[in-house]
Amino acid sequence: MTRWAMVADLRRCVGCQTCTASCKQANATPPEVQWRRVLDMEVGEYPAVKRVFVPVGCMHCDEPPCMHVCPSTATKKRPDGIVTIDYELCIGCSYCAIACPYQARYKTDRASFAYGKATVQETQAFNPKRLAVATKCTFCVDRIDAGLAKGLTPGIDPEATPACVNSCISQTLSFGDLEDPHSNVSQLLAENQTFRMHEELGTGPGFYYIWDKKQGDASA
Amino acid sequence: MNDNFGPKPWHQTNWDFRAAFNFMFGSAGAGLLVAVAISGAAGNALRAEMLLGMALIGAGLLSVWFEIGRPLRAMNVGFNPFTSWMTRESFAAGLVFALGLAAVWFASLHLAQAAALAALVFAYCQGRILQAAKGIPAWRVPALIWLVFTTALAEGAGLFVALAVLADTPARGALGYFSLALIARVLAWSIYRGGVAKAAVRPALAALDRAGKMLVQLGTVAPLALLLVGWFVPEVARVLMPLAGVAALATGWQFKFVLITRAAYNQGFALPHLPVRGTR
Ligand code: SF4
Ligand code: SF4
Repeated sequence: MTRWAMVADLRRCVGCQTCTASCKQANATPPEVQWRRVLDMEVGEYPAVKRVFVPVGCMHCDEPPCMHVCPSTATKKRPDGIVTIDYELCIGCSYCAIACPYQARYKTDRASFAYGKATVQETQAFNPKRLAVATKCTFCVDRIDAGLAKGLTPGIDPEATPACVNSCISQTLSFGDLEDPHSNVSQLLAENQTFRMHEELGTGPGFYYIWDKKQGDASA
Repeated sequence: MNDNFGPKPWHQTNWDFRAAFNFMFGSAGAGLLVAVAISGAAGNALRAEMLLGMALIGAGLLSVWFEIGRPLRAMNVGFNPFTSWMTRESFAAGLVFALGLAAVWFASLHLAQAAALAALVFAYCQGRILQAAKGIPAWRVPALIWLVFTTALAEGAGLFVALAVLADTPARGALGYFSLALIARVLAWSIYRGGVAKAAVRPALAALDRAGKMLVQLGTVAPLALLLVGWFVPEVARVLMPLAGVAALATGWQFKFVLITRAAYNQGFALPHLPVRGTR
């Protein structure tokens, strides 16, 4: 079995938003829609103030509330953990967006473009099926599937890896198979202390945040 | 580090007054069907009240239809009865209309009672729809299910009492049922208030408290007092009872409007740990 997951090393992220930009380019999302976002948080009180940059987006949950509530079965979860939306089935009720505790879903009723008129790239990438329905990060599922069909390894071979992970300038983002103990993400989880967002809600996110090396581990 | 850090929750923007109308009209309609069935109404009174109840449910569903992005695919709402309370709500509504229209056609109290059972399921589904929305802390409190359910009963009973006065003074049984529904609703509110205090953010709680205050004072105490006065002073009952009914209905509606359009703050983001960089 395979369970695709993403790991973000919060110690490394510099908040450059390159992943955000590469996602927008790869997936041609309209203005104000960011399937991959990086939050810029300022926490603590002077003088102990820290800035933390936190990549967020669809967490591809094990128990996705978005899928359970979806009345049309447009939202589904694949055996490899990727949560998908069938744009042909979706009725655009936004129930999934309300049910998602990670603010990961969007609905855009009308076509809109970054500079008013569609650019060449926006014209080429425009997909009317994505209007007035729910959309979100797909983990670049098309790249993964096409890469696997060519015998490539997602997370290792860039052609089979989500665009945000490829573009990250600081190796904050990693992608791989959690079920494979030798995979990059399994190694990262074994070596570091991690958490998942809103763990207490029982959604089982497929997105881990590294915040420190494991105690007594000098190599990390 | 045990504190949570993160950008504050903000109000959801996915469901607006059109969704709220579904919960307002739908539950009042369902509650009215239940009150009609319990009252034992017959003939044209039964027909008119059943039609009004179904019209309210229909208006709520129509309102939500105007909100969905792909209205021409609305039938897809029925594809997920296995886990989606929205699908189940649509099935219950279908059953209400089928049985309710048959009850109207035959002026049959038995069919009206069957429709009322479906209406109870419909009202329960509405509570479950909100409670299943894990992204909204003020909604996922389990006690909300029973608050939505009992307010449906109270609103419907209030509407029934207000309408009954047009024809005659409502029977004592109907007034007793109305009073019980009001008490059940205020109890459900107090249980919900206890649960939501632990879950919702301050602005959501403030909005809920304002709406809850109305529910208690104008929506429970005032109608019960009016009923009591009407009981002992029958001459003024015809004026006071509709007022009591409308107060119960209006406060239930305002509560749900607030619940959906003012108190629906999302989860926000939170970090249970901050990254350890450089020196510790
Ligand atoms: S993060 Fe939100 S949209 Fe993504 S799978 Fe989880 S609940 Fe669904
Ligand atoms: S918007 Fe689409 S994917 Fe989301 S719950 Fe409604 S039908 Fe399902």
